[in-house]
Amino acid sequence: MPTVSVKRDLLFEALGQKYTDEEFDELCFEFGLELDEITSEKEILIREQGDEKAEGASDVVLYKIDVPANRYDLLCLEGLVRGLQVFKEKLEAPRYKRVSPADGGEPQRLVITEETASVRPHAVAAVLRNITFTQERYESFIELQEKLHQNICRKRTLVAIGTHDLDTISGPFTYTAKPPGEIRFKPLNQSKEYTATELMSLYKTDSHLRHYLHIIENEPLYPIIYDSNGIVLSMPPIINGDHSKISLNTKNIFIECTATDLTKAKTTLDMVVTMFSEYCEEPFTVEGAEVVYPDGRLCVYPELAYRTETLSGDFINKRVGINESAESIAQLLTRMCLRSEVSGEGDLIQVEIPPTRADVIHACDIMEDAAIAYGFNNIVRSTPRTYTIANQLPLNKLTELLRQDLAAAGFTEALTFALCSEEDIADKLRKNIAETRAVHISNPKTTEFQVARTCLLPGLLKTLAANRKMPLPLKLFEISDVVLKDETKDIGARNNRRLCAVYYNKSPGFEVIHGLLDRVMQLLDVKPGRNQGYHIQAAEDSTFFPGRCAEIFSCGKSIGHLGVLHPDVISRFELTMPCSAIDIDIEPFL
Amino acid sequence: MHPMADNGLLESVLRLVEKVDGGTDSQDVAADLGVDHQVIVGAVKSLQALGEVISAEQKSSRHWELTGEGREIAEQGSHEARVFNAIPDEGLPQNQLMKMPSGKVGFSKAMSNKWIRLDKAHEGGPRVFKTVEAIEDTVRDKLQLVQKGQSAKLEDKEKNELKKRKLLSEVTVKSYWITKGSSFSTTITKQETELTPEMIASGSWKEKKFKPYNFEAMGVAPDCGHLHPLMKVRTQFRQIFLEMGFTEMPTNNFIESSFWNFDSLFQPQQHPARDQHDTFFISDPALAHEFPQDYLERVKKVHSEGGYGSQGARMLYKLAQQEKFTPVKYFSIDRVFRNETLDATHLAEFHQIEGVVADYGLTLGNLMGILHQFFTKLGITKLRFKPAYNPYTEPSMEVFSYHEGLKKWVEVGNSGVFRPEMLLPMGLPEGVSVIAWGLSLERYVDTHI
Repeated sequence: MPTVSVKRDLLFEALGQKYTDEEFDELCFEFGLELDEITSEKEILIREQGDEKAEGASDVVLYKIDVPANRYDLLCLEGLVRGLQVFKEKLEAPRYKRVSPADGGEPQRLVITEETASVRPHAVAAVLRNITFTQERYESFIELQEKLHQNICRKRTLVAIGTHDLDTISGPFTYTAKPPGEIRFKPLNQSKEYTATELMSLYKTDSHLRHYLHIIENEPLYPIIYDSNGIVLSMPPIINGDHSKISLNTKNIFIECTATDLTKAKTTLDMVVTMFSEYCEEPFTVEGAEVVYPDGRLCVYPELAYRTETLSGDFINKRVGINESAESIAQLLTRMCLRSEVSGEGDLIQVEIPPTRADVIHACDIMEDAAIAYGFNNIVRSTPRTYTIANQLPLNKLTELLRQDLAAAGFTEALTFALCSEEDIADKLRKNIAETRAVHISNPKTTEFQVARTCLLPGLLKTLAANRKMPLPLKLFEISDVVLKDETKDIGARNNRRLCAVYYNKSPGFEVIHGLLDRVMQLLDVKPGRNQGYHIQAAEDSTFFPGRCAEIFSCGKSIGHLGVLHPDVISRFELTMPCSAIDIDIEPFL
Repeated sequence: MHPMADNGLLESVLRLVEKVDGGTDSQDVAADLGVDHQVIVGAVKSLQALGEVISAEQKSSRHWELTGEGREIAEQGSHEARVFNAIPDEGLPQNQLMKMPSGKVGFSKAMSNKWIRLDKAHEGGPRVFKTVEAIEDTVRDKLQLVQKGQSAKLEDKEKNELKKRKLLSEVTVKSYWITKGSSFSTTITKQETELTPEMIASGSWKEKKFKPYNFEAMGVAPDCGHLHPLMKVRTQFRQIFLEMGFTEMPTNNFIESSFWNFDSLFQPQQHPARDQHDTFFISDPALAHEFPQDYLERVKKVHSEGGYGSQGARMLYKLAQQEKFTPVKYFSIDRVFRNETLDATHLAEFHQIEGVVADYGLTLGNLMGILHQFFTKLGITKLRFKPAYNPYTEPSMEVFSYHEGLKKWVEVGNSGVFRPEMLLPMGLPEGVSVIAWGLSLERYVDTHI
């Protein structure tokens, strides 16, 4: 969930009202935002870098507000204020308009060459005319681009935004791709020219830019945008040129978005221009730019598309569980920047979805907005009349019953991780990893999670090790799932419910573990005996001490082992006392 | 710790206690019986161990006692008196007098008392003569008073002077004030520690006295096992769902294909949850197979034209394959996994609790209603809902409850109505809504058992 940080006083000034922290928190909650933190630059610096670094830092109050991941229109102060003002019915949602250049001039043009196809094939562009920046507006403009880059642009992999002072460059612009050795320009905030190859190594150590290098690093051709005089605007998605950089005094802005996903590029461009056209001489107008594709197709951007959906008041009432007139639902939706009116036909409502609300895909999204405007907490809570009879999963029912009885038998339940290291289920148990039928994880962050466990024993032995200081004997059990490879399943693996118990004391206590088996079998109503009953017989298993291991058979089927653990196993789990264990599959008893 | 007292002594003490009303001091008892006070202290402790025979309250008192030198003087007289008495009428040569044990101290004291005089010019060397006929040895008299326990007759000034001369010292004595106990008796009966089968058989328990129990001590821990606290909470949640008519889903497949985990849940292809950073992917076996082909095609269509794992996708698909749709309520509580490095606040696996209801015409109000019932069973009654975003539900609501301890609203779960884009490809009839909620079991371990 993205977090937007705004200056409190600036926010209240824009909202035309002062709130207490509690009141503002309440407003956020109602609207689906979360006032996550109240802080200041100084406080943040103190927390992150200590008191000294924070000296002289601003102690202007900052609100950190969590915004839902699909609401790109709320990622800056401008958008937040507009959304809240419309919600509070203090403002009508503005209508965003694409306009042609004044005085009948030619629109700006961006020509895409075919070389871009292999690396980053899409581009869109637009112009903001006669904009007035203040320090705060300028910072917000930069911040919004960063937020979009992190979210909808998926860390610049899908879309990268470049903004330029139009008065320093001259169109038409060319978006092409070139070998890195042939690209040479002075990048943003550098004092000399570099080739693209040099830039890639320069930015290797840049705490911010190094995260984006991988996007094009191994491509034979790098994306690059030139103006008609060969001046580099940007090398997306890494860096802009220094020449065209915007400043507080910039009046006219050329915005380009290059992308691997055209839909996301259009949305991103719409977001930037709808948010900041507010500061243009003619607010909420955006000058269109032409984009020419390699095949000669010409498109004008930004799209700023409005679309209309028609749905019935009844649909909304039924889905939300309220009973409002079509007119009042239309009013609710209008408060969510979805300008709506009743069509006059029955209870049909025409809902206009503005370019800022790319998150509205389906009628259910509109329904949700109506519910938010109505107030989730104003909806009457009612019990569904769905009549059903409950059933337990037989395997879980059996597990629940056995757990109670094992605890009653004096063993304490452990809860251990289902993931572990290869070593835990192989080397430490004196087994070969290839024979374990273990499911392997390809991308674990730590070696603690290389495989799904194939038996419960390592978890219990680790629990023993962590509780060595407790008085002896230690008696633990766990009934849980292990995972085994299984070709017959669609996912190639299956869970297996196991019962495992250990007895750790100065003497091995085989008879204690054996007694536990007898008790479990008594509970499962299996009598001792060779055929229809259960019995144990001597077996060899490398995890156990030679001559001290038996295989357990129930109704003629092997269900597990019990015995005294091998001394090497004991010491590999950093234990020092003899230990006996039982490990059985309980699924045959269903 | 204290000398064991024999029964004879104990009974002598008891007889003394019997004679006095209001009690007696152990020091007086010692004096009366002519034994050392420490012996009586031992006797008091032995009597206390017998139960309520006596009650003894410890007290401390200060009193004056003779030092070794003081005792010697009380017996033999003060040094000066001994010097005086040693001098015959014809006098004594000084050097001879000085050889006496009390010579030096006695000489100067007797001189300052003007009991004797020194004739330095005497022929045959300096010689000492008595100057008075008789003396009164007040030092000895005073010390004898203290020895008799009558130090109160002396003035403080006098006592301090004797103290200065190291003849007296003031000591603190711990003694007991002994009174009769509720079961006072002058005969000693041995107390039994425990009732035995023999006593029951013979009836001898009727005559025996039993040693009192110490009810302040802790009991012996029962020899039993325990269930894991988190698993106990899981049982509670299972019980709540069962009480509410929810059927348990088979979720015992920790390994799930990306198709069921993401695609079927309408999780966008580029959603962060699909990242290597967040999800564990399997290298062996690497690929899943045998998907329901036509459903897969429909899901693919939704994705191309148009998170976090919910366990329910497979069950909803199965539900949709029924000839005629029947409403269901499902739940599951099982492990879920995410790619994390372990620390105090991050777990790579935890337990997800999930409830799902599928029926015709379910409303958002229904979801809130059922959540209200669910949480009420947990003892959480103050709930409110915040609009939120999940890729597979719309509307989505975060559930907050008011925490009386923290005095604020805290998030307790997530919920929503499944998107039609997810349900329709499964083949669920139009008009069927599916409401669902989820929460983590680990969150509740502190609050409920």
